Amino acid sequence: MSGSRKVLVVSGVVIAIWGMSFGLYYALFAEHQALDKIGASLAMGFTHGANGDLIEAGASLQEYADTQFDYVRSVDVHSHWIGLAMLLIVFGLAFDRVSLTERVKLLLAWSLVVGSVTFPLGVILQTLDRGIIPQAVAALGASLVIIALAAVALGFARSERGS
Amino acid sequence: MTSRTFLIVSGISLIVVGMIFGDVFAVFVLHQNANRIGETLTAVTDAIASKDSVAANSLFSKIGGLLENRGTKVDTHVHVIDFGYLALLLAFLQPHIAIGERARKRLAVLFIAGAVILPVSVFAIHYVGLSYSPFEAIGWASIFADLGGLLVIVAVVGFLIGLCRVGGASKTNEETPDRSWASRVLLSGGTFLILAGFLHGAYYAVFNLQAHESQYQVALETMINASVAQQNKPTPDMKDPYSVVEGYGLIQAEKAVNIAAHSHIIEFGLLAILLAFVQKYVFLAEAWKKRWVVLLLIGSVVLPAFVLLELSLGLVAGGIADAGGLMVIIALVGMLVGVLRNNRRGAGV
Repeated sequence: MSGSRKVLVVSGVVIAIWGMSFGLYYALFAEHQALDKIGASLAMGFTHGANGDLIEAGASLQEYADTQFDYVRSVDVHSHWIGLAMLLIVFGLAFDRVSLTERVKLLLAWSLVVGSVTFPLGVILQTLDRGIIPQAVAALGASLVIIALAAVALGFARSERGS
Repeated sequence: MTSRTFLIVSGISLIVVGMIFGDVFAVFVLHQNANRIGETLTAVTDAIASKDSVAANSLFSKIGGLLENRGTKVDTHVHVIDFGYLALLLAFLQPHIAIGERARKRLAVLFIAGAVILPVSVFAIHYVGLSYSPFEAIGWASIFADLGGLLVIVAVVGFLIGLCRVGGASKTNEETPDRSWASRVLLSGGTFLILAGFLHGAYYAVFNLQAHESQYQVALETMINASVAQQNKPTPDMKDPYSVVEGYGLIQAEKAVNIAAHSHIIEFGLLAILLAFVQKYVFLAEAWKKRWVVLLLIGSVVLPAFVLLELSLGLVAGGIADAGGLMVIIALVGMLVGVLRNNRRGAGV
């Protein structure tokens, strides 16, 4: 197995286990509590509205929006880590058919791995800090994956044309 | 049946079952559920206008139930299919896993057991609820779902240990790549589908995601304010609150179709690449193999494209998207038959 394939397969399996463990942890210790909070704060917002208390209603809706923001990102991170991990493993199996030099393939493999780690990491960091840095980390990771993916797609297409 | 054949057959079967479940869910549950949520939200605005906080609260419990019903079914659909993908992946890694065939088969069975227990339990969450549960927030169905997830993790860790022990064994187990037309087209087509999905996802995240999230909150606040404004009127005019509910539904729908298109095109791309490796184990005439590949790729484009067009074209687009899903299912069943024929003729996998 070539170096680039090893990088993709081993990193992919490690990220898949990491993504699943994150999902298991989240399901056990955070998801149900988050869902309860989302439901309760939304209902409270409307209950306060029915009582004519718009200030309390606004506060409840803010709590709902904050919890929903964190929940959506946590679930997204779980699915993206596992999805990207699967992509790495699949590419690891097919990488010999990318018509590029091993050096370029190794560079692409590391770009895919680094992007697959940093993109969801940036997303989950947004639950701690909504500033520009987590967004930049996520954007950087996503860009790495997209650029590498485009190069791999071209590599496959070149290989098909040559055969 | 070897561990690899078992994983390939189980993997394709899981994907087929997950997709049929998804199609049934889309046709019979999804839209009806969304309509019920909209109707209940409209009733909530009536409750606010008539200062009935008890009714507002109980209507929200109803919405919670509807959301849980939808959420658990989406989770079931996603997990069954993803476990199918993972099973196929593990099947192709089998030659690189340096543990005995018997142990590999046990791990494969453990993996498939978890891959069945988790989604079935997730499906049951809405119906079982907290009945007889020793915990305050987690019911028995959730406990079994987590157990299923744990079985999958244990199996994957087992395979990973075998993968790390591989050493020189991989050289002897290395296989000649399949260069058939079907395999090549699936590999290229799949990668381009994934790239299209990533570009769409990045566009949505940059230009729409945060706007949608803030629009939700504004819509909910406006919904309450517009309803409260009617509280002291002798004859409440609910036109404004109702139109806000409608707008809220549209934002939800816009987000839902974008996420569905994004995830489906990427998943179909991944599926196409995985199936590129299955082709050499599909014992069918070359013409039939080509037909299934073309059908699969057409369906893989049609479904996400028409899901995205659902907001502008309505139910017609929904119907065409479902037909795209059906094309993928038919192609998968065709390939599964080929794999089973290959196993029956004793060629092994």
